[in-house]
Parts: sequence; structure tokens; C-alpha cells
Amino acid sequence: MAMTSAQPTRPAGSPALPALPGRAGLAGALRSEFTKIRSVRSTYWTLLALVVVTVGFGALASAGAAAHPGERGPGFDPTQQSLVGLYVGQLVIIVLGALTISSEYSSGMISTSLTALPRRGTVFAAKAVVFGAVALVTGLVASVASFFLGQALMSGQHIGTTLGQPHVLRAVIGGGLFLAACGMLAYGLGMILRHTAAAITAAIGLLFVASILVNFLPQSWQVHVDKWMPAIAGGQVWVTKATDPTMFSAWTGFAVLGGYAVVALAAGLILFRRRDA
Amino acid sequence: MIEARGLTKRYGDTLAVDHLSFDVGPGRITGFLGPNGAGKTTTMRLILGLDRPTDGTVTVNGKAFGQLARPMREVGALLDAKAVHGGRSAYNHLLCLAQTNSLPRRRVGEVLELVGLSDVAKKRSRGFSLGMGQRLGIAGALLGDPAILMFDEPVNGLDPEGILWIRNLMKALAAEGRTIFVSSHLMSEMEHTAEHLIVIGRGKLIADCTVAEFIAQNSSETVRVRTPQQDILAKAVAAAGGTVHDDGNGTLVVHGLTAGRVGDLAFDNAVRLHELSSAQASLEEAFMGLTAGSVEFRAGPPRLPESQQPEHAGEVA
Repeated sequence: MAMTSAQPTRPAGSPALPALPGRAGLAGALRSEFTKIRSVRSTYWTLLALVVVTVGFGALASAGAAAHPGERGPGFDPTQQSLVGLYVGQLVIIVLGALTISSEYSSGMISTSLTALPRRGTVFAAKAVVFGAVALVTGLVASVASFFLGQALMSGQHIGTTLGQPHVLRAVIGGGLFLAACGMLAYGLGMILRHTAAAITAAIGLLFVASILVNFLPQSWQVHVDKWMPAIAGGQVWVTKATDPTMFSAWTGFAVLGGYAVVALAAGLILFRRRDA
Repeated sequence: MIEARGLTKRYGDTLAVDHLSFDVGPGRITGFLGPNGAGKTTTMRLILGLDRPTDGTVTVNGKAFGQLARPMREVGALLDAKAVHGGRSAYNHLLCLAQTNSLPRRRVGEVLELVGLSDVAKKRSRGFSLGMGQRLGIAGALLGDPAILMFDEPVNGLDPEGILWIRNLMKALAAEGRTIFVSSHLMSEMEHTAEHLIVIGRGKLIADCTVAEFIAQNSSETVRVRTPQQDILAKAVAAAGGTVHDDGNGTLVVHGLTAGRVGDLAFDNAVRLHELSSAQASLEEAFMGLTAGSVEFRAGPPRLPESQQPEHAGEVA
């Protein structure tokens, strides 16, 4: 370690930084956010957990259906059966979505990030794009893997289905979109609340607890309220045999879930731009 | 160049920063001095656009911080060395910062070498000591080779080697013509490094002057005298307009007269002197006197049972 007063401020032989035209903007912010998400181990553990629990619970449900042939009703949906692990996968992706922003607040990194790039809208968008892409790719992997493993388990009983059947491809892709949308909702909540536990709790409340509480409403209200619950509405996108006429259709339901996410993201962005960091 | 004009930040009922106006000019180290809680960190956060001022403006090179085209090329800041994700390696932490301003990747290696962290570049920063964390923060501030550098309490908690390293680095950076704005709650630290001082207390500007001016204005000369004929000398000093008191160890401490004048008085009154010396009140004392009215919390006398007497006197919070 240099201890002399003539301390170098630049390593020997290194040239001064060249002047760059233009402004720091979205391209740099995207590269930075990708570096952030790929350079912490928790990302990999969370994504691995996401795939394992989604595929695992889907396989369990599929094997169960194959083992109890007498309990299948006429509305049995082998695609939905193999994708049921998505309900558990939601839990994992909301943790990663919340952490994308809340970890910057808990560590104080947000001050460092905003000192490097003070354009908050750009930082917000870059985080959303990078996390959204990672969530979508992983969600698709989990959904596709769940589908094929589930169908393989059910094929012995000839109750499986194939991607070529009506709505099946939409449902399998929809499973990935469903997870990405849940993650984006949690990211928006994380930006609003700036606290990991609070954001995860809020996301669980909205996605799980709200759906449970609806069951305690009078039956005549339930049919109007239930379909608007984010997880129930979004879940329609991975249903291939619509049996409940009170529910939204696949894409309308997904749009409702997307609407919740957009509201959370918009509120998060407005607060992020206004508040002290 | 940093220019603050009427800068004000209010949190509820508390005025953290109260109509501050000052300039921080290039090519020298400007010390930003004040007791803890005086508003130094808040002021720095306002400069960096992290917090929004309640009133007033602050510009960096003539622009609001958020308007700078490539902020890291103009300003580097170390506010809190712990403000990193502990699970990320030093290299990746610096890389993600560099990428926001499209700085070349090689620059990450350069600043790591500069601060002496090359060997631990791939290690997660969670395991870093306080000094290593401080070096990582400084590496981040230097990434864009900026002309303005801001450091908030950079030597806090460092060992003597680390303190010396940071002092020398700041001097070298200032010698290259850069603007260095460094905060501290210790006058003694500023005495060694800064040329210019901005002193605040309770968010208000107390002084904005060179260190030499600050010393001249705020420290009084005292004269220490030892003599077997204390009574005679004390009367002569009092008659000549000085004040005198016994320090309890047989030494008289004289205020208001020069050492030469005290010596003359002793000669005139045939008083034998065993010691005659003059001393400057330390700058630390001057600073404490100046900010005494503006300390947020004052330590009361310790009221611990005798068996639990503290080993060290508590610092003013």
C-alpha cells in the first residue's frame, strides 16, 4: 500500500478516460442491472427454487391424478393439472421481484446507484426490463418442464394431452407469463414499500389471502368478486377447459392480473421519482 | 465547482439544513465541518439529488446533479461505505456502477489497483473490513475520473494507516486540480488536510473561510508562566489588563497578554521566572467553542454506579 505523500491517483501507464459524447441512459442502465442480478448468488438459488417447486408440485398433482382414476370428473384438465405448481412458483417469484428493489434499500445501495445514474425513471425501467426478462424466461422453463413431466406421468393412464390439442400451447406459454406478471406485481410493491418483508407480505396478501377471504362473502357476491382476484383471474390463462362460466376468459383474466401489476408499477414509479432516496 | 444558494431541508419540525449558501472551489480540499447531526450528510445528499431540497438550489458545474450528462465523469461521491450489496464481489459492484455511465471495463481494474483491492476483487464485499469497505467506496467514486469528489466522514473508524492513506490520496487528488469536498466532525482531522473550511452547526453556516483565517479568528494565545513569586506576578498581570488563573499544578495561565509583555512585567517587578511559554489554544477547542451552541445532543455527567465507571469519556453524540 502506498504510504508516500506523492500517492499516484492513476496506475502507471494508464491513459486518461476518453471523453464520451451523449448522456448516460437506458442502454448503460440495462447492462448495469443485468450485472447486478447475475452477480449475486440469491438470484440463482431463487430461480432454481422456482423451477424445482413449480415442476415438483405439478408432478405430484399429475402422479396423483394418474393414481386415482375414479376421482376424475368430466371437466378434468390435464394441462392445468400438470401446471398446478405455478401456484407455489408464484410465491418464489414474488420474493425475487420484491428483492430486486428492496435489497437496494436494505443495503443502502440505492444511494450509490442513484449517484451513478440520477435519472430515476431510467433506473426504474431498466430494473423492470431486466427482472421481467429473467422472470419470463425462468417462468417459461418451469411451465414447459412442468407440462412435459406431468404429461409423461399421466400418459400411462392415457389421460394426458399434447401441445397440439386446443388451447394447450397457450396455457403452457401462459404459465410463464403468469409467473412473470406476479413477479412484476411484487417489484411494483417493492418499489412502493421499499422493504423486503413488507413487499412480500403485501404480494402474498394480494395473490393468496384475498382469494381466500372472498370465500367468506355471500355466494351471490362471490361470483362477481372472485373473478377479479389477481391470482384467480391470471390463473385462467393456463386453463384449457373452462368449466366455470363466472370466470373471465383466458386472456381477459390475464389482462386483469396485468392490470394489478401495472397499477403497482405506476404507483412505484411515481413514488420513486418523488421521494427522497 | 459546487454552488449552494439558500439550501434548506426540513424534516417535519426539524430544519436539517437551514438556508445554506456556499461555494466549493477547485484545486483544493474544502473541509465540511460540524458536530454530528449538524446536517453535513443531508447537505451532501441534496448536492447529489438523492434528497430534494425544501427550498433553495444547489448546482454542480452550473447544473442540477440530475442534469449532468454523465454524472460519474463529473462527480464521484462516497457517502456510506456500507451502502453496497454484501453478496456482490468488489469487481462486480464497481462494474455495475461503471456500466451506467458507459465507462470502459478496464477502469474497474485500474481503480481496484489504485485503492489496493486487486487481490480481493473477486471476493464478496460482505467479508470486508471497515477499511477495505472504505477503499471500495473510494474506488467507486474514482471510477469516472471525476473533477469533483465528495467524501462523507471518510476516515471514521479507520486505523492510523488507513487515515494516512486517505489523507494522502485527497491531497494528491487536490494537487491535480480537483475539487475535494470532505466532511468531518473532527477539527483535528481538517487541520491536517483542508485548506478551506465550511463550518455548520444545526444546519446553519457558522464559518466559510481558509483554515488559517479560522485559526487566527478563533484561537486565542495563552501564556504559561512558572514562578516562585506567583502573587506578585498575578497582581502585575491583572494591573496590565491580562487575566490570570492557576492551572492547579503551580503554573499560571495568562490570557490577553503576549509572552513578551509578561516577561517584561516580571523583570519590572523583579520576579524570577522558571518557565515562560506561549501556546495556541487548539483548533479543536476553538471549534468546540464555536459550535457549542449548536450541538444537538449534549452528554450529561455520567451517572453510573461507581463500580461501573466508564473507561472512556463519551463523545458528544
